[in-house]
Amino acid sequence: MNFPLLAFQNVSAQNPWTYLVFGLIGFAFGFVLEMSGFGNSRKLAAQFYFKDLTVLKVMFTAVITAMTLLFLAVGLGILDYSQVWVNPTYLWPGILGGLIMGVGFIIGGFCPTTSLASASTGKIDGMFFMLGGFVGAFLFGETERFFTYWHNNVSYYGRVTLMDVFGLPAGVIVLMVVLMALFMFWGAEQLERIIGKKDMSHEPRWRLYGAGGIIALALVVLFLGTPTTEAKYRKVTIPRTVTELQADGTVKEIQVRYAAEEALQKRLVQISPAELFKARYDQKLKLTMIDVRSEAQYNLFHLRGALNLPLETLKTHIPELLATAAPNAVYVVMSNDETLATEAWRLLVAEGVPNVYLLEGGLNAWIAFFGANDPQIQPLVGAPAGELHFTFPAALGDRYPAADPDPIEYEHLEFEPKIQLQIKRDKSGGGCG
Amino acid sequence: MTVSSKPASKSFGWSALFNRPAKPYVHPYLGGLILGLVLFLALFLTGNGLGSSGATSRLVTFVQDQIDPAHVDRTPYLLKMAGGDKNPLDDWLVPVFFGALLGGFTSGLIGGRVKLETTKGPHVSDRTRWLLAFLGGVLFLYGARMARGCTSGQALTGGAVLSAGSWTVMLAIFGGAYALAYFVRKLWN
Repeated sequence: MNFPLLAFQNVSAQNPWTYLVFGLIGFAFGFVLEMSGFGNSRKLAAQFYFKDLTVLKVMFTAVITAMTLLFLAVGLGILDYSQVWVNPTYLWPGILGGLIMGVGFIIGGFCPTTSLASASTGKIDGMFFMLGGFVGAFLFGETERFFTYWHNNVSYYGRVTLMDVFGLPAGVIVLMVVLMALFMFWGAEQLERIIGKKDMSHEPRWRLYGAGGIIALALVVLFLGTPTTEAKYRKVTIPRTVTELQADGTVKEIQVRYAAEEALQKRLVQISPAELFKARYDQKLKLTMIDVRSEAQYNLFHLRGALNLPLETLKTHIPELLATAAPNAVYVVMSNDETLATEAWRLLVAEGVPNVYLLEGGLNAWIAFFGANDPQIQPLVGAPAGELHFTFPAALGDRYPAADPDPIEYEHLEFEPKIQLQIKRDKSGGGCG
Repeated sequence: MTVSSKPASKSFGWSALFNRPAKPYVHPYLGGLILGLVLFLALFLTGNGLGSSGATSRLVTFVQDQIDPAHVDRTPYLLKMAGGDKNPLDDWLVPVFFGALLGGFTSGLIGGRVKLETTKGPHVSDRTRWLLAFLGGVLFLYGARMARGCTSGQALTGGAVLSAGSWTVMLAIFGGAYALAYFVRKLWN
C-alpha cells in the first residue's frame, strides 16, 4: 500500500466518511491543544515575555516528531513525498501575512486553532477572537481583489523545500532541524529559569531520553536516505479509465491501475503526433513539451515551444517541474525515436511528476507526418537507430514549417486519444488555504 | 438553590460536570509529542496536515454565497472556493475545524477546565480584553489568509514537511509578535 491514500484527496458529500476521518483528526488536534494549555491566552502570551515557553516547546516538539516520522516513512519507501502537500512558497505575502499574524497574536492572545480550544471551553476572550476571525476572513475576501496580482503572482516560487534552498539531502536537513530544536529547548528552559523564575530542577528525566530518541531516529533517516529512482519506479501505478463491455451489452467505465512498466508495454502513454499537435491547442491542458536530446540535435530541429532538457541533466530539473506543476499540467517527452524519451518517461514518473506522456515514434514520426511536404527536409536513408531519419539544410531549430504546423491546414486529424488528466490535488484548496 | 434538596441528582448534574477542580496541563514535550503524532498521521494517511484558518474563510464564504451568490462569482478570491455550484464546505479543513472545537471541549471537560471566564493579564478589564481579542482575531485571520495559512497550516504543518515558504511565515509570525510584545506588555503582565 502506498501512502498517502488517494481516497482522501476529495472531501465531499459523495463520500461522507471522509468527513468522519478529518473530523477525528480535528478532534485529536483540538484535544491536544487544549490539554497543553493553549485554551488560556495568558499562557500563550507568556511565550513572548520569555516566562513560559510552552508554545515553542509544544510546537517544535510536534514539528520535529512529525517531520522525523514523515521522512522515516519516505525513506522506507511507504510514503510518497511528492504526494504530500508542501505549502507552496509565496514569499512576500507570506512574510507580510506572518507579521500581521504576529501582531494579531500578541494583541489577541490566540492563534486561530487555539481560539477554538479556548472558545469551546467557555473562555469569553476566545469567543471574541473567533468572532473577530470571521470578520478578518471576510475582510480579506473582500479586499483581496485590490492586490490580487501581488497576492497570487509576485514572488511565487511554487513547491520549494528547505532541501532545495540549501541543496542538501532530506536526512541532513532533518537532523539539523532536530538539533536546532533541541538547542532551542535547552535555551527555553534557561530562560524560564532566569526570567520566569521557575524551578526547573524537577523537570522529568524522560525528556532527555526523548531527546536521545529523536536524534537516533533522525540518524536512521539520514542513514536510510531517500529511495532510489528505481525503487520508486517499481511502485508507481498509472490510473486509467477504461470502458468495458458488460455481459448485458452495456458499456461501463472502470478505473484500472497499471504498473508503470505495464502502461508502457500496453502503449497507454505513447501519444501520436496528431494527438500532441491537438494538445498544443487544447485550452484545458497546460502542456509542457520536453525535448530530451542533446543541444546540438535540438538546434537542428525541434518543435516550437519545446524545452530542451537533455536526459543527462533532466533529473536536476525535476524539483522545478514539481514546484510549478499546475493541476492540469501535461508533460510530453520526446526524442528522435522512443528510446531516450522512454528513459526520460521512467525517470519523471518515478519522481512523481504527474501526467507524463511520450511522443509515439519520436520526432521522426512527427516529421514524417507534418514535414512530408517540406522540400527542405529530405529523408536520410540508412540513418542509425536513435538518429533523425531526415537531413536539414541548416540548424534552423523551430523555424521549419514542420516545427509549428499550420493549425488550419491540419484541423481535422484522426487519432486514438490517450491523454487522461489525473488531477491529484486542487492547488487552491490545500494546506490551510 | 432548589437543587440542593435533591442531593442524588447533584453528582450527575451539570454543575458537577463543569465545576470540578482543574487538572494541570500535560507537560509541554508530551503535548508536543502527541500533537506531532497526530500531525504525522494526518500527513501520512491523507497527504494534508492540520489547519483551521482556511475553514474560517470557507464558513464565511458559505454565508456570503447564501446571501449574494453573484457577488461571490465576481470576486476572484471567493470564486475559487464557492464559484458556480461549488460548495465551499467541501473541503477537509471544515470537518477538522468542527472536530477541533469538539476535541477542545472534550479535553476541557475531562480536565475540569470548562468554565465561563476570561483569560487575561492582571491589569486589564474584561471589556478591554474582549475588544483586543476581537481585534487580534480580525488581524490574525486577515494575515493568515494573506499568508495562506496560520500557525497550524503554515508553521506546524509546513514546518514539518520542510516547506521553505512555511519556515519564512513561521519566522515572520514570531518576529511580528516579539517585535510588538514590549509595547503591549501591560496587557499581559
